[in-house]
Amino acid sequence: MRITRLTRTGVAAAVLAVVAAGCGTTSGDDGDSGDAPAAAEEQGGFVAPDLPMADALGDTEGALNVLAWPGYAEDGSTDKSVDWVTPFEEETGCEVNVKYFGTSDEAVTLMKSGEYDVVSASGDASLRLIAGGDVEPVNTDLISNYADVWSFLKDRDWNAVDGQMYGAPHGYGANLLMYNTEEVSPAPTDWSVVFDGASDYAGAVTAYDSPIYIADAALYLMNTQPDLGIEHPYALDEDQLAAAVDLLKAQRENVGEYWSDYLKEIQAFTTGDSVVGTTWQVIANLAQADKVPVEAILPESGSTGWSDTWMIGSQTENRNCAYAWLDHIISPEANAAVAEWFGEAPANEKACDLTSKGFCESYHAGDEAYAEQIWYWTTPIEQCLDGRTDVTCTTYQDWTQAWTEIKG
Amino acid sequence: MLWLGVAYLGALAALFVTSLWTVDGFTGVITREWTLQNFRDLATIEVYRSITFRTVLTAVAVTVIDIVIAFPIALYMAKVASPRLQRILVIAVLTPLWASYLVKAYAWRGMLSETGPVSWLARPFGLDSPGYGLAATVITLSYLWLPYMILPMYAGLERLPNSLLEASADLGAATGMTMRRIVLPVLFPAAVAGSIFTFSLTLGDYIAVKIVGGANQMLGNVVYDNFLTGNNMPFAAAVSTIPVVIMLFYLAAVRRTGALENL
Repeated sequence: MRITRLTRTGVAAAVLAVVAAGCGTTSGDDGDSGDAPAAAEEQGGFVAPDLPMADALGDTEGALNVLAWPGYAEDGSTDKSVDWVTPFEEETGCEVNVKYFGTSDEAVTLMKSGEYDVVSASGDASLRLIAGGDVEPVNTDLISNYADVWSFLKDRDWNAVDGQMYGAPHGYGANLLMYNTEEVSPAPTDWSVVFDGASDYAGAVTAYDSPIYIADAALYLMNTQPDLGIEHPYALDEDQLAAAVDLLKAQRENVGEYWSDYLKEIQAFTTGDSVVGTTWQVIANLAQADKVPVEAILPESGSTGWSDTWMIGSQTENRNCAYAWLDHIISPEANAAVAEWFGEAPANEKACDLTSKGFCESYHAGDEAYAEQIWYWTTPIEQCLDGRTDVTCTTYQDWTQAWTEIKG
Repeated sequence: MLWLGVAYLGALAALFVTSLWTVDGFTGVITREWTLQNFRDLATIEVYRSITFRTVLTAVAVTVIDIVIAFPIALYMAKVASPRLQRILVIAVLTPLWASYLVKAYAWRGMLSETGPVSWLARPFGLDSPGYGLAATVITLSYLWLPYMILPMYAGLERLPNSLLEASADLGAATGMTMRRIVLPVLFPAAVAGSIFTFSLTLGDYIAVKIVGGANQMLGNVVYDNFLTGNNMPFAAAVSTIPVVIMLFYLAAVRRTGALENL
């Protein structure tokens, strides 16, 4: 009985599908092949959509929806002394709602919903947000603290298009290698402990669960296998990507679990299920605060990292609060607090006067030469970022595909 | 009825339509052009076959384990326990359903961790916790869906008159024979009904795998990753048609056994 009805429903579904198809797909031209890349991609890099920019600010709207990396918008609930949201709320009257995200991809997807007014975008998200029309150009004249931002962070390829800024630089840092000091000996100094030497800690290695992690493998190969000719970990041709994928597949054998939720990583290190892997300074800080015997280091051979920009959603209804937030978050006080909490170099020069002694030195804040050594997360695109023109490079979609295959 | 058609089938139809689109890899904007590329990728790229296989295998394992565990419990509840104990047991089986799925999954994460109770219990016997992985996923999901298997089995067995069991014994049938000829025909449709829950719920699960599955991924994770991190909704839609198709086959197979008519 039920099944006959079920079969009938199946037919009904098929009919409905056809109907819905008729209404939904207006531009359908029955393209028989899938390889019809969007126009934007063909025009070299991309074309930023033409969006208006604010000329002047008015009264604040009373609310602000913030999409942030964990640790970027603390309101004192994690640690009473760590709070730069409450002063902002008191000063501007903008009630702040915070949503954290674990990967840049998540940020891009969430921004597409149009529900968020500001976002802290890393380099692998910012360009996609600009190209997708999800964030709008930012009038830096309306942000009084912008003048104090280090000039080497302004007008870079991940936060500006044709000289137009799309946000306020916030800070930068490197992905670190964290290990359990009791389980891992000798203390590692290099990424080899999670790649070629990973079998020593089989089942207890962890890695960041995002396609962008492929760049970490590429960076390792760049240092250990010069024959591959990798010049830039985000510019990989097919052979180089294949080599990185092979390395990660070998690593996969020893990986206990991948993390993208920072709380899950802390928990795994606390219970001993993970003993070595990539991390952020803030995670190491939180774990150490819980008395977990971990240490986080920046390996000598360098690392991947991030350079973040606060951007304003193009569909925002709280534009004045958004500008107020951008101004607040790069103010010396807030920028210093975020930088110390998250463990990154601040973007505002004056923030270094407020951080604890030696902090800015240890993060090499303002040291342009050092900043150039970190391989900031960037979206891989067809045009090789290292300047090669004789090959096409693999795109982020290829990386996403490869990442699924690596995890198997 | 109309409401059901629009809300439920409409969503399924939209899913199917979406799976025929593609997405611009850089901007993440959906390109509304017909293409079978997503399905071609699914068919030709080997990793999706192994993920599908792993998912189905997990679903089968969870279903079988649940049947094996649920049968004695349901039999005891329906035929042995006093009416008072029966009520208490039904409540006991239902209570875990009040707790959040996430709480239970995270509880198993704690249980199965390197320093957790499971490894503490197993160590004296020279064993160890299975750690996070496929085994942990199967254990967690079996636990989560167990009530969905016990309840239909209990309901089925309760309708079996005691007189039939007695008559069988009077006619000289051994316990095995009674089980096979009297209990099993009643139990089978009940187990099938329960298996539809356990099988389909496992097929679509992605959270338990994320929590206790270690580095493994199932179909649900591929959908989740493509939707949320890969921002490739059309491909996610194409992947989600796999469990739908598997379930249709499963239901068709169930129908052939005639189990549903006897419910």
